[in-house]
Amino acid sequence: MTFNTFLRKAPENFIPRQDVPHARKELKAGRRGFISSAFATAFVAAGAVNTPAHAQSNPISGQGDPNILELPAHSKALGQAVAARGYGVPSAYEKNLQRRESPGLTRVSQASVSFTPLQGLFGIITPSGLHFERHHQGWWDIEPDKHRFMINGSDDKMLKKAMVFTMDDLMRLPSVSKIYFIECGANTGMEWGNVAVPTVQYTHGMISCSEFTGVPLRLLLEMCGADFKRGKFVLAEGADGSGMTRTIPMNLVMNDEVLVAYGQNGEMLRPENGYPLRLIVPGVQGVSWVKYLRRIELGDMPYGAKDEVLHYTDLLPDGTHRQYSSVQEVKSVITSPSGGQVLLDKGAHQVTGLAWSGRGKITKVDVSADGGRNWMPTQLQTPVLSKCLTRFVMPWSWDGKPALIMSRAVDETGHIQPTYSELRKVRGTRSVYHNNAIQTWLISESGEVKNVQLS
Amino acid sequence: MFSYLKMFEDTNTGCRRRKGYAENAKEYQENESQNLFPRHLNLNSFCISFSPSSAKPLRLLRPEVWFSALAMLALPATAQTKFEGIGRQATSAEIKAWDIDVRPDFKGLPAGKGSVIQGEKIWEAQCAGCHGAFGESNEVFTPIAGNTTAKDIETGRVASLLPGANTPQRTTLMKLSSLSTLWDYVNRAMPWTAPKSLSSDEVYAVTAYMLNLGNIVPADFTLSDKNIREVQNRLPNRHGKTTAHAMWTSTELGGTTKPDVQGSSCMKDCNAEPKVASILPAHARDAHGNLAEQSRGLGGSRGADTTKPALTSVSAPAAAAAAVVAAPAPVVAAAPPVSKPNQPVAGKESASSAINSGASAVGLKSADVMPTLQKFACVACHGMDTRLVGPSFKEIVAKQGKRADAQAYLSGKIKAGGQGVYGQIPMPAQSISEAEAAKVAQWLVQGGVK
Repeated sequence: MTFNTFLRKAPENFIPRQDVPHARKELKAGRRGFISSAFATAFVAAGAVNTPAHAQSNPISGQGDPNILELPAHSKALGQAVAARGYGVPSAYEKNLQRRESPGLTRVSQASVSFTPLQGLFGIITPSGLHFERHHQGWWDIEPDKHRFMINGSDDKMLKKAMVFTMDDLMRLPSVSKIYFIECGANTGMEWGNVAVPTVQYTHGMISCSEFTGVPLRLLLEMCGADFKRGKFVLAEGADGSGMTRTIPMNLVMNDEVLVAYGQNGEMLRPENGYPLRLIVPGVQGVSWVKYLRRIELGDMPYGAKDEVLHYTDLLPDGTHRQYSSVQEVKSVITSPSGGQVLLDKGAHQVTGLAWSGRGKITKVDVSADGGRNWMPTQLQTPVLSKCLTRFVMPWSWDGKPALIMSRAVDETGHIQPTYSELRKVRGTRSVYHNNAIQTWLISESGEVKNVQLS
Repeated sequence: MFSYLKMFEDTNTGCRRRKGYAENAKEYQENESQNLFPRHLNLNSFCISFSPSSAKPLRLLRPEVWFSALAMLALPATAQTKFEGIGRQATSAEIKAWDIDVRPDFKGLPAGKGSVIQGEKIWEAQCAGCHGAFGESNEVFTPIAGNTTAKDIETGRVASLLPGANTPQRTTLMKLSSLSTLWDYVNRAMPWTAPKSLSSDEVYAVTAYMLNLGNIVPADFTLSDKNIREVQNRLPNRHGKTTAHAMWTSTELGGTTKPDVQGSSCMKDCNAEPKVASILPAHARDAHGNLAEQSRGLGGSRGADTTKPALTSVSAPAAAAAAVVAAPAPVVAAAPPVSKPNQPVAGKESASSAINSGASAVGLKSADVMPTLQKFACVACHGMDTRLVGPSFKEIVAKQGKRADAQAYLSGKIKAGGQGVYGQIPMPAQSISEAEAAKVAQWLVQGGVK
């Protein structure tokens, strides 16, 4: 134990959160008077440890911590009844984790995006209420018994018969449940040219991961007697005002990855995520996962939809636009510590984050704490699934000095996540979409973490 | 190729590959860790009652398909082949009602026509409110037209996209490579608050108007299903596209399977980038609100209190990289300015006494009507205090709030739209209910209190 002073976690509400760094600074400076009144019980000379100015967040006053010695109300009274909440909600102490808009990013909130608070999530599953949102013309809560799903062909011979299904029909068919990530093609798009947003919620929060339940699209196409020799593309179309359309790759349909889904994390899809029916297109950007899915058309050429020609196209340095860019390539980000956070103190911390690839499984994630000079392998937590978020963890001790932390993922095809300069060398800075560069967080001496880009 | 329907026929004659499943499952577990199939389930027990007599192997390797097959076995015998009772044939009227897509080869395009002049009238009434009278979009949406030239129409490549042009904003016509896309999108999704309300001829007319804004067709032009292919051949960016990349999932669009960018696998003493080249400027510190309120109050860190300046200067971190990288200390370069978000409707508390003076003590506040204002995209054009496309709510209150018939007048205007009271940009009619319009009007009459 070599630290002069350090601050442990305060009892709930004892030190206002915003005062913690200040308190620590004051302690470092030896200004004991600062803490003599309000913080008197928080910091005492630590008789049991070597350092004289040892600050404790498990404060001992007399016999010990009042949180232990004085039993709280919840230990001495009757708690609440079952089903007090017919549908449970998070603790009142967890209100900080909300999906949020990035101010000024979009002009109209019906054609906007809200970001998942990755900085506070554990494991790989995104709570359905925190799943990121992207709507193109507002969201709806559609009456499920009136929702219809149609499959037709681009000409009369593409199918033996065009068909209409109700939700009842679809839910009587054999279903599968699989865990996949969904990432907006524009995730991290604000950062192509330079740092633009402060936290991982805004840099990477257009990604979520859920267990989806539905029917393989191929089964439904077979029921229609599809001509798979001529039918090389599928159009998916939504029932909302935007009538979202995207061309879906046939090879993903034929290997049963594409699902017509109604379930998400054990319950029905949330309205913001397409209730009652959406398409699941694993590994492909979120815009193809058409919500409020009303129609599939089997055809013999791609459809040139608005979001294939005017948006979701990647502008290259030579002035051409990449169209039908769909796969979300290998990518990772450290979610903690991450931008906008302040480390409580030096010492033990866990570096943890998420990695994913639209081409398959993650095989390796390395972390650097020195701006990419040296890298250390991390542990991948199970499960490690194809086209699914993978959680990596690494124990780390912060020595209180500035650090540049970053993560780098590799997928099972051998594709390695690039640095910004590697990415920009090929794609320039005007692509908007498909930014999978390595993210760097700068931990400053104060413990405050900042979003930075290196060169 | 495996077929679901074929599978059901196969499974009717028995479970043929009891022995094979173990092999398949092993292969599956090795090759694919997608854990959709419950491995603890003893599949063999499902198969035990079936005759293994047939030697014909089931043509499937994937356990999830087995799972489907086994699920089918539980169905009554009569239901095992065609999913009887599930789905029905679509009627031709149903297909016609929904099959509205228009492909780049113009398959799906309905017959019809519309002129630039007709389009201009529709545009002024229904589109200009958001997109501006000339598609310049009043700084609300991305402009429709601009930055394309007669030479671009000749070459099919937009020069303002070429290297070095540094055109700050890409307009719709700079990007458009297939005319079907524009027609299809207007037809399915516009106008913003009343999508799918234009007739085919109106869609032709509006499309013609936009093409005229880009000088792609002359002012006396009439666009139709007969001449649309000729106009396609005049699109300034018709050749400015590529599918030669690895980001489609297969190669049928002429792409590759090899990614265009590859990172480095170096682990030690790598050629790092030692300089902090970009960081948020101090003035943008709280642009996303107070970050202290956006992180959990537990664990190894807290959200930074961005209502206050950062605790230390960012120059300090230089030491870290410098020490380890043994390179010149990182220099924090000047970051490009991050514009403060324009939040005209942010509902922040402010005095605005002029507006509030006439408000009744129990009147409506903006929070009471904000869902409606957002639902009908009112706030896309009207700011609380700031003039955007249309007048601010404050300006409306100042001008109309004292009228004797203010409630009825404003309620009517909200529904019917109008032009000329505040300027020449028209406000389109809104598909808002009487009750909702009345509530917004009441809020305005009471002073438009924030």
